[in-house]
Order: sequence, then structure tokens, then C-alpha cells
Amino acid sequence: MENLINIFIKSIFIENMVFAYFLGMCSYLAVSKSVKTATGLGLAVIFVLGITVPVDYLLENYVLKEGALTWLSPTFGNVDLSFLSFIMFIAVIASMVQLVEMVVEKFAPVLYTQLGIFLPLIAVNCAILGGSLFMQQKAFLNIGEASVYGLGSGVGWFLAIVGIAAIREKIEYSHVPGPLKGLGITFIVTGLMGLAFMGFMGIKL
Amino acid sequence: MKALKNFFEKTKPYVQKGAKYHWLHSTHDAFFTLAFVQKDTSKSGTHIHDYIDLKRTMGIVVFALVPALLMGMYNIGYQHFGALGQLETAAFFDLFLFGFLKVLPVILVSYIVGLGIEFIFAQFRGHEVNEGFLVSGILIPMVMPINTPLWMIGVATAFAVVFGKEVFGGTGMNIWNPALVARAFLFFAYPAQMSGDSVWISASGIEKMADGFTGATPMAQAVLGETNLNVWDAFVGLIPGSIGETSTLAILIGAAILIITGIGNWKIMLSTVLGGLFMGILLNIFAVNAYMEMPFWEHLIIGGFAFGAVFMATDPVSGAQTDKGKWIYGFLIGVLAILIRVVNPAYPEGMMLAILLMNTFAPLIDHYIIQGNIKRRLKRVQQSA
Repeated sequence: MENLINIFIKSIFIENMVFAYFLGMCSYLAVSKSVKTATGLGLAVIFVLGITVPVDYLLENYVLKEGALTWLSPTFGNVDLSFLSFIMFIAVIASMVQLVEMVVEKFAPVLYTQLGIFLPLIAVNCAILGGSLFMQQKAFLNIGEASVYGLGSGVGWFLAIVGIAAIREKIEYSHVPGPLKGLGITFIVTGLMGLAFMGFMGIKL
Repeated sequence: MKALKNFFEKTKPYVQKGAKYHWLHSTHDAFFTLAFVQKDTSKSGTHIHDYIDLKRTMGIVVFALVPALLMGMYNIGYQHFGALGQLETAAFFDLFLFGFLKVLPVILVSYIVGLGIEFIFAQFRGHEVNEGFLVSGILIPMVMPINTPLWMIGVATAFAVVFGKEVFGGTGMNIWNPALVARAFLFFAYPAQMSGDSVWISASGIEKMADGFTGATPMAQAVLGETNLNVWDAFVGLIPGSIGETSTLAILIGAAILIITGIGNWKIMLSTVLGGLFMGILLNIFAVNAYMEMPFWEHLIIGGFAFGAVFMATDPVSGAQTDKGKWIYGFLIGVLAILIRVVNPAYPEGMMLAILLMNTFAPLIDHYIIQGNIKRRLKRVQQSA
């Protein structure tokens, strides 16, 4: 239990997808104009990460890893399918995103139009694939740890995009120099947010 | 005083648009409004007029910072002569003068660089010189260790003024406290000069430290598990630390000035202290190492906790704006500051990063509070309709 809490906190704050790894920047920069849409996209990312990481964990451990197929027959002991992991992970992610898209379109059509192209583009959001690949690298012990890691990474990304959306709503009224308006100031804000998040780097849990 | 006013009035036509010295107009305006309260009403936006304008507000904050600054100067001399082992022979005035001469160049560099950039920006962007730097310019030296090289102060000030403030449009628009941006910039860019045991004491010309003198801050010692803190020294401010942060007593005087004049927000101060105490008690309960066993209230008097709570967290621009938001904002600062201090071995001081982090999320807190208010009122309207 303690282990799970550690993984959760670590993936939100210390190994934040945006501020520690700079993953998922494209939608982070593009959809952060208002808190409302940012919340929608953030929740979608939490959902997708929370599902894909454990599913990919199962794939990794029962299909792809070297010797993972021994549950079928002991003769597969030295089969190594890990070269397939990218394509398998992406396939899982794409199907999950398709699911989210259908749900959002059905139940929140306003949000669906606000998110526009960025909802299907979650499929190629590097934070999502990053979550699965980090899972592979970290070699979690069981599916519980993997799902907590996926959820935590999603919550970290959610916090980042909602935080910057609130800041961007606030500086809407600021007298920002012309050339920096829009994306320029957003980059500066992201850098300074990263500086603030540095406080968590180095905490050992 | 009259002569000065006449001078400003007389020179005014020369800096008007189209006149010969128009390029000096923002400089003229800055000094005129600094010296005298203006009669004219605001040019745009709300037309509430009060003699306590931004320049007067900033003046009160600087005034509230003076006790901590004087105490910091004295402490620098105290630490220096303590390191020499000559504390008994040195007079009070020697200690103070030594500290004064050490701190003065730092303040000068900070003001000259910062105000220089402010004047340039004001000139090019065609607005008045921003008053905000009056406070930032004194806060930046006060959060630095005394041994920071002057060029670093200059670089950090330039970074803070340009990227912490001017890119957002100047005073009142910034998201992060400029003084803390300056310190965080130096902290991550030149860690060797901003932390460790040797940077807190002005040791120029000291060949050999007196016996038993380490120069480590109480927090650095607490990380090592040595928690024999001299509470009275820490409260009065005779401990190693950044220039302005050591004396809790002087900071309390400043806090009183801020609260009585209504410039600083007591809700943020109180909730920050409550948050710190809460986290301290929580760590006391778990107490898995010596640092966590340190009495919870000692956190308030060591390091930059008091200074941050009184002068940094209460920044009305970068802090939360709503009333409920202020309580949440302050409480989380206190909690995070103690948490980073105790749990994160990489940084002995958590106050700076806690405030920066909560500055980041202050707009979000405000957003949710306002949305909540809107929702509640809509409900009330619908019920009565």
C-alpha cells in the first residue's frame, strides 16, 4: 500500500510528465487557453493513461517480453517479441482514444467541438506513449503498480495543463509585449512553472 | 521641498511630446510621482482615487523591511567577527558598520540594474515607470547569501525583471514574485554560490576560522540530525542565513507594520504559519529521523519561513486574490515549505520553492473559487425566480 502511494505521488510531482520530461507539450500548449477545455482534455488524458498503462503492462508481461509466452507452452521460452512493443502500445492507445472520443461526442458535444482535432490527437500525445514506455523501463512488479503509475502520470499532466490554463486566462488582461503574445509568453510561463516544480526534484520516496 | 516641486513643474514642458527632451519623459514622471502625490485622476479604468497610491504602498513595504535589513546588517558583522573569534573585542558599532558596508553594494547593484531595465522598458513601451521594483529591489538583496558575487546579483535581477515581470506587462501583471524568481534562478544556475556551509558568512580576509565555528545554517545542521538549536539566537537573528531572513523578531515588527497599515494580508500570513505548524506536527507524529523529531515550532524561526510568510507570500499580485483562496494558498505554502525542507535532501530550504509553486497555482485556486461563487449565486437566483 505504501509503495503504491509512493508511486502515485512520485508520478504526479517528482516525475511530472510535462515539467520533468517535457512530454505531451503539443496539446499542452494548444488546448490551454481556457480552464474548461483544459479540464476536459486533462480528464481524457487521465482516463487514457489510466487504462492503457495497465493494458500495456499485461501485453508486455504476457506477450512481448522475452519468455513471456511460456504460459502458452514452455517451448516459447526464448521467444522475444519486444521489437513489437511500439506498434502494440500504439494500437492499444489508439483504440482507447477512439473509445474516449465516442463517449465525449455522445455525452459532452460542447466539449467535443471545443477540443476539436486535439481529442483524436491524444492518440499521438507523447505523454501517453511515454507512460507505457516508462512502465516498460521501470519493470513494475504487478498490475496494481502499473495502473497507479498510469493514473498518477495522468493526474500530473492534468495539473500542469489546468494550472497553465488558469495562468493564461489571467494574463489575457496583461499588457504583454506584442511579439510575445500567444505562444511566446506561454513558453516563458511553462519555463517558470518548471522552475517552480524543481522543488520536488530530488525527493526520494 | 517647494524648490524641488517648482523644478519638476518647470521642467515638465521640456519633456512633453514633441519637446526636446521627450526621451526623458518617463524618468521625469517617475521621480515626480515618487516625490509628490499627484492631483490628476487615472487615465483609464476605474476612477477611484486615493492618496495611498502604488508608490505610497510600496514605500510602506520598504519601511516594514527596514528592521529586518538593519538586523541582517548587524548579523553579518556578528557572524564575521564570530568566525574570527573576536566577538568580545569588537564593539556594536564595528559589527554594524561591517555589515552595512557589505550589504550596501548588493543593494546598489540590485537597484541600479533593476531600475535601469525598468526605465528602458518604460521608455520603449511608452508607459510610466513601474513602482513595483521599489520593493523587489530591496527584497532581492535580502534573500541572497552575503557572499553572492555582485555580478550574479546583477544577472539575477536582470532575469527577474525581464522574464519575471516585464514580459507579462510590468507591475501588477506578473505571475511569480520577481524576487523569488531571481533567487530561484541563481539557486539552479549557480548552486555552489547559493547553498552549502561557506556562503553565509562574509569570510573575506579570514585565514582561519575560530575553533568550533562551522558557518552552517541551522537547517543544514538539522538535516544532519544536529538539532541543538539556540532558540533565542534564532529568534533574534544571530544565526547564519540570507541577509534579511535571519531575525524573526525584526520580521515580526515588519509584519505588525504591514498588518496595521492594511498593506499586507493577515489571512495569508496566518494561514501560512498554520500550514507550517500543521505539517510540523504531522512530521513530529511520524518522526522517522532526527530532523522530523525537531520541535514543530522551531521551523518557524529558522531559515526563511518567517520572511517568506510575511513579505513574499503576501505579495498581492502573485498571491491568490479571493478571500477563501488566500486561506488555501497560504496553508499550502506552509505545508509545502516544511515538507520540502524535511523530506527533500537536495534543498535545505523549501520556502522559496513552496511560494513559487503556489504562485503557479494561485490563478487556478481563484478560478475555482470564483466558479463556485457563480454557481451558488445562479442557484439562488433560480430558486427565487
